[in-house]
Amino acid sequence: MMPLDATILSPSRLALRRLRRDPSALAAIAVLALVTLACLAAGLYARHVAHTDPFTSDVAAAITLHGQLTDIMQPNDNPLHLGLTPIGPTWSVQYLLGSDPQGRDVAARLLYGGRNSLLISASASLLCIAMAAVVGILAGYFGGFVDAALSRMMDIMWAIPVYLFAISLSIVTVAQDLHLGPITIASDNLILPIVIIAIVYVPYAARPIRGRVLSLRHAEFVTVARSLGVREARILLRDILPNVAPTLIVLAPLVMALAMLAESALSFLSIGVQAPAASWGTIINDGQGLIYTRPMVAIAPGLAIVVTVLALNVLGDSLRDALDAREGDR
Amino acid sequence: MSEVLLEARDLTKTYGGGGLLSRRRRARPALDHVSVSVSRGETLGLVGESGCGKSTLGRTLLRLHEPDSGEVFFEGRDIIALSAGDMRRLRPEMQMVFQDSYAALNPKRRIGALLAEPMRVHRRRAGAAWTPAEIAERIDELLDLVGLNRTHLQRYAHEMSGGQRQRVNIARALMLSPKLIVADEPVSALDVSIQAQVVNLLVDLQQRLGLTYVFVSHDLGVVRQIADRVAVMYGGVIVELGDTDTVLHRPAHPYTAALLDAVLDPHLPFRRRASAPPVVTGADSDIGCRYAGRCANVAPLCRQRRPELGGQDGRMVACHFPLA
Repeated sequence: MMPLDATILSPSRLALRRLRRDPSALAAIAVLALVTLACLAAGLYARHVAHTDPFTSDVAAAITLHGQLTDIMQPNDNPLHLGLTPIGPTWSVQYLLGSDPQGRDVAARLLYGGRNSLLISASASLLCIAMAAVVGILAGYFGGFVDAALSRMMDIMWAIPVYLFAISLSIVTVAQDLHLGPITIASDNLILPIVIIAIVYVPYAARPIRGRVLSLRHAEFVTVARSLGVREARILLRDILPNVAPTLIVLAPLVMALAMLAESALSFLSIGVQAPAASWGTIINDGQGLIYTRPMVAIAPGLAIVVTVLALNVLGDSLRDALDAREGDR
Repeated sequence: MSEVLLEARDLTKTYGGGGLLSRRRRARPALDHVSVSVSRGETLGLVGESGCGKSTLGRTLLRLHEPDSGEVFFEGRDIIALSAGDMRRLRPEMQMVFQDSYAALNPKRRIGALLAEPMRVHRRRAGAAWTPAEIAERIDELLDLVGLNRTHLQRYAHEMSGGQRQRVNIARALMLSPKLIVADEPVSALDVSIQAQVVNLLVDLQQRLGLTYVFVSHDLGVVRQIADRVAVMYGGVIVELGDTDTVLHRPAHPYTAALLDAVLDPHLPFRRRASAPPVVTGADSDIGCRYAGRCANVAPLCRQRRPELGGQDGRMVACHFPLA
């Protein structure tokens, strides 16, 4: 039906309006904004609050805690006082969440690591969806041999467990620098985990895109375009792409959540982000040996991952609701 | 009879079938050696039940479906044999209007952009490129013709009523001044009151612009209003073809008679007539007349020999024992 007021809203404006009225979407966006801002402020926190350099180890450091000079590395509780355990959460400005085995401030590293985790998962998600869009649109629109070839390729990739696939690719690239003609990619370059994670999730994202395009291909407005003599390229650009855009937008946060988990896994296995740089996965790895004495080292980045991934999934679901709702009267 | 604009010869189209893994063992042809011609300025109605092949014929006439065999001559050129590029250049001459007015409009683009699309796409067809001002002028002209106004240009398809959307579809089809319009159930999805408006619009446009229509419909009432000639289809073949008055008042094929019986006539008291038996899957014969399995007047000959379309006096019928 015609709107009673004279304002005419485009489908995307309508979706945005629905999103703004969805409390869980707003909550998810708020959490993600908070996490992102905190991570962006990592430098400020390290320099002006914690007064620490989170990238160099300093096991001999000491801080003033409750008026007392306290060593970062403390003797163990065992009767012989053998070995050292890093200081636990101080809940004050320095070493808020304690220290890692190399005497570095976990809170500061958590924020710096978050930068890498967010950067890698967001970039991997965008790259993955861009590649999946190409594959899905070509396979869905042209069908026949193109579809068969691309779909079988995706099936083969999907048959390999995602993590196994990512781990095998990462081990190869971490072993030595990659030489692609004149370009050399260092083994600690963040591009590597981004590209690897993007590649392994292409089949996951390409499948729903192909499905959407498959139904669009037989939509009457596409037949109309063909009957008008519109070229295939223009049909893809004007008729197909705008109508698969909602699918791409919904997939973006969902793939980002998966990418974040994959990145943490790779970094935890030391084949993702390389020391001394941090990511939430590497910090969990740092805390692995302290899990009984100083669990906070592993719990803090673990919680950060859980909260962020949860927010991304909630956002994805809300986006789906906002974009999929049938527009207007039908 | 005036000059022939469009002529189909021996069109055959089979869906599905084939395929090593296909579950369907035998595919029934949607079009089985169909030949039909349309004269310039006339309206040919295509009627029949769902699945009889009338929509397939309509789309194949515009080469929106590729036939398995057969030819379609548009102004004497076989369009089935044209290259993709030549076909694209010929497209402006022949347009289509669809049943689902909403599905036929890209929901993500404004009506103005949708209407401009044909001219933008064929910008260089006439040699001189159309300027945006010329396109806007043409859009104004057509909005006026179909009874819309400029305020509709900013809208999206979901913000319009079914009748308005169908007017947009008609306007878009007319943007490049086509000679032929294939309308596939253009009013079936509309309210009855709107149906009449749109049918009147189509008749009016035909008179003003000298259009030729192929009008696909299952609604005999609408076809009677608009069509000069009617082709009745059953099971992928034309079973009766002739002047609308002749075919719809004195049907010669038992199937046409059964179709007419199914129409409720407000001027007659309601009575249940002996109509055709219900569809039985697989009842259609492969050797004899396709309609033999449902025909009330079936005779042994009907199951042995397939009747050919033949006849005279502005009517052709494919039946061994025509009613008229």
